[in-house]
Amino acid sequence: MICNEIRLEPMSVDATTVRRIAHLARIAVTDDDIPHLQGELNAILAFVEELDTVDVTGVEPMTSVTPMALIQREDVVTDGGYPDDIVANAPMTEDHFFMVPKVVE
Amino acid sequence: MNAHTRPADPAKLIKGATGDWEIIIGMEIHAQVSSKSKLFSGASTEFGGEPNDHVSLVDAAMPGMLPVINAECVAQAVRSGLGLKAEINLTSVFDRKNYFYPDLPQGYQISQYKSPIVGEGEVIVDMLDGSRFTVGIERLHLEQDAGKSLHDQHPTMSFVDLNRSGVALMEIVSRPDLRSADEAKAYVTKLRTILRYLGTCDGDMEKGSLRADVNVSVRRPGEPLGTRCEIKNVNSIRFIGQAIEYEARRQVDILEDGGVIDQETRLFDAGKGETRSMRSKEEAHDYRYFPDPDLLPLELEEAYVEELKRGLPELPDEKKARFVESFGLSSYDAAVLVAERETADFFEAVVAKSDGGARDGKAVANWVINELFGRLNKEGLAVTASPVSAAQLGAIIDLIGEDVISGKIAKDLFEIVWSEGGDPRQIVEDRGMKQVTDTGAIEQAIDAIIAANPDKVEQVKAKPTMLGWFVGQVMKSTGGKANPQAVNALLKAKLGIE
Repeated sequence: MICNEIRLEPMSVDATTVRRIAHLARIAVTDDDIPHLQGELNAILAFVEELDTVDVTGVEPMTSVTPMALIQREDVVTDGGYPDDIVANAPMTEDHFFMVPKVVE
Repeated sequence: MNAHTRPADPAKLIKGATGDWEIIIGMEIHAQVSSKSKLFSGASTEFGGEPNDHVSLVDAAMPGMLPVINAECVAQAVRSGLGLKAEINLTSVFDRKNYFYPDLPQGYQISQYKSPIVGEGEVIVDMLDGSRFTVGIERLHLEQDAGKSLHDQHPTMSFVDLNRSGVALMEIVSRPDLRSADEAKAYVTKLRTILRYLGTCDGDMEKGSLRADVNVSVRRPGEPLGTRCEIKNVNSIRFIGQAIEYEARRQVDILEDGGVIDQETRLFDAGKGETRSMRSKEEAHDYRYFPDPDLLPLELEEAYVEELKRGLPELPDEKKARFVESFGLSSYDAAVLVAERETADFFEAVVAKSDGGARDGKAVANWVINELFGRLNKEGLAVTASPVSAAQLGAIIDLIGEDVISGKIAKDLFEIVWSEGGDPRQIVEDRGMKQVTDTGAIEQAIDAIIAANPDKVEQVKAKPTMLGWFVGQVMKSTGGKANPQAVNALLKAKLGIE
């Protein structure tokens, strides 16, 4: 798991990585925004880095600290049937479809 | 890995200008899980439906919504794993696969990356020529389907429908064990058959229930694997074959011209019969997988898996072996019958007599495959919609076995039952279709023919193959009802030929 790899160097992001992350999330970021976003991300990474000081040798990676099993539900149709609500917040709709700028290969 | 152990088969190599090339194919099959509701929401999975009608707030990724897993989808994945003779992982984990696309409202697909629910298994594939090979299964994992985009409704906008968003898929990943387009087609066909037997996927490719991503590379026989290209989302078995043929040839041409293959994602254009590059897809490969914090690991009990195992139906390989063993069928006939569970069930229903006995399996197989399938195909009907029931077909076969009707009359009878229905035994009785086995009546017919054709009687003495003409005449004068064996024997005696 990514979270318990032991890092010798403190992790930080450069300006290129910030641009790449923004692009992957399709968030428009101007060059002016990059330095302070880079600073904020690095501050978060430094804060989280403290966890690296904990010795987790032999500990299974976990995603939850609650000692409970994954809740399962029965296979019955209990939801849906309200397309008006589904598209209510969409900027553009037609016949209950979402309309988005054309995306086609 | 099988890729290095399976020796190159000269018959499957493709010829290039500079020598032979071997095609290496691996597949990722996306099979829609048969369930009423979605993997993590209570919305319907039913095909069709008005736009965004089968969508819950979970599927639309509204803030604050949490996924709750559908127990039946888990059971279906385990059943599929057992059917692929695969190991079931009692602990598996759901991860987020992050990418941006308008038909993926969450911005990530919930999938299984490092810890899938099903591990290594295998599928045995029989080819029509009688050869067989094994395809290694690397894994099977559960994941969400995305929504559907329509690009032809508007000049500048795409339309998005989320009805399919969140429907459970099983991604079944094979080892690169396939060596030709025909093998790939046979593998998908077999996998589809297994899933349909299990009832875990309906295999309806027209509705997109089964789609394939095909990885193709070429190499000189015995050399290391070449660079592969992935052809995305091919949705028919025929297209899978065409895409592979085209792609392999394209790669060979590039390599022989001294070029290199770029590892890339390609699309198959069914209209043009060619693959082409999806340029923008490369960067999107940075999926940044991480465990989904909304979901705990999926833990299964050994006893639960055992329980599902006990509930599995007989699978095609076992059924085929049993048909060969118990009914003496040829491997080919057995394969034809087990290709669909409904067909195999129909065959067995015809074999079983109402008194608990069994009819002759070979005779039944002949009738089911040659007469019934032939007729069903002609009308475009499924076996479940057959106008001739298993009981009716059984009765027709009995009438032949009892020498009540000849094989030829049986075909007429089959046509009557097909179009009019009714009890075959009664029809034979009412319409006087019984075979004449009364030698007196047959002799009378023979005598009349001999008397009327002295010239032919002379000829047959010199040329015994003329006997066929006499048989034909007797059958004609008895309305086809004379027992052919009796006619033959009596004719030979009367004409004095051996």
